[in-house]
Amino acid sequence: MKTAVIVFPGSNCDRDIAVALESVTGRKPEMVWHGESALPDGVGLVALPGGFSYGDYLRSGAIGARSPIMRAVVEAADKGLPVLGICNGFQVLTEAGLLPGALMRNTGLNFVCREVALTVENAQTAFTSRYAQGETITIPVAHHDGNYFADAETLDRIEGEGRVAFRYASAVNGSARGIAGVLNAGGNVLGMMPHPERRIEAAHGGDDGRRLFEGLLETVGA
Amino acid sequence: MKLRIFVTLKPGVLDPQGKAIHKALDGLGFAGVNDVRQGKLIELDVADDTDDASIDAMCRQLLANTVIENYRVERA
Repeated sequence: MKTAVIVFPGSNCDRDIAVALESVTGRKPEMVWHGESALPDGVGLVALPGGFSYGDYLRSGAIGARSPIMRAVVEAADKGLPVLGICNGFQVLTEAGLLPGALMRNTGLNFVCREVALTVENAQTAFTSRYAQGETITIPVAHHDGNYFADAETLDRIEGEGRVAFRYASAVNGSARGIAGVLNAGGNVLGMMPHPERRIEAAHGGDDGRRLFEGLLETVGA
Repeated sequence: MKLRIFVTLKPGVLDPQGKAIHKALDGLGFAGVNDVRQGKLIELDVADDTDDASIDAMCRQLLANTVIENYRVERA
């Protein structure tokens, strides 16, 4: 599968996600600068990496979400292309309107950088097919603005539609209903604060993150 | 034309930074502070013929995230 990684000024997990994608797909991803106006032909997955796009000025992910390449990403996502946003990538996806809600400052005000336990809330998605429903997995987080917010009506809707992919097994950052990862209505866009690309081999302490990429490869094609 | 855009968190949205400021004020011994909410002030200098619809669009599309924030425009 051909993949693309969007690189913003201030991205700092772009190479990590590139290593993870190459390790699983066997192909180096195309690195696409934020100033580009089109995605490379034939990509089966677009990844938005972690980091601090544009220094997180204004709001986390706000300026990144308005960069030229995001118009192409939104258009492709609307047509069903799988898009994965991790950490700052999740913030960019909410700011771009591809995912509901917003990521706010952690309630404890601390930057949280540690391994966390996640519950797989929906194993029937393109991103989670290699996990078991309700399984607890361990993935690292590293963020200051991971406190997921949406109004009660939106939360009820996304929960009812099975769009909460992952939930923190215990409180991490004050997220509404412990939400760690959210899908769009079409199920082809996932945003998550934890970093699966930092957990893809034994040397990382485990490979719970690897299964996300393996599942994607299996469901969206070779 | 100079504009001042005030961006504030919607009522009911938790403001951890406001809470931290509140705690610090308490720590400094200022009694009687009931609540603290932190927002942003953005100053714009725009062409005199900029219409209200464009100013509103700038606020909605970028300056404020209307999922969590309200905005108010003041003409200087």
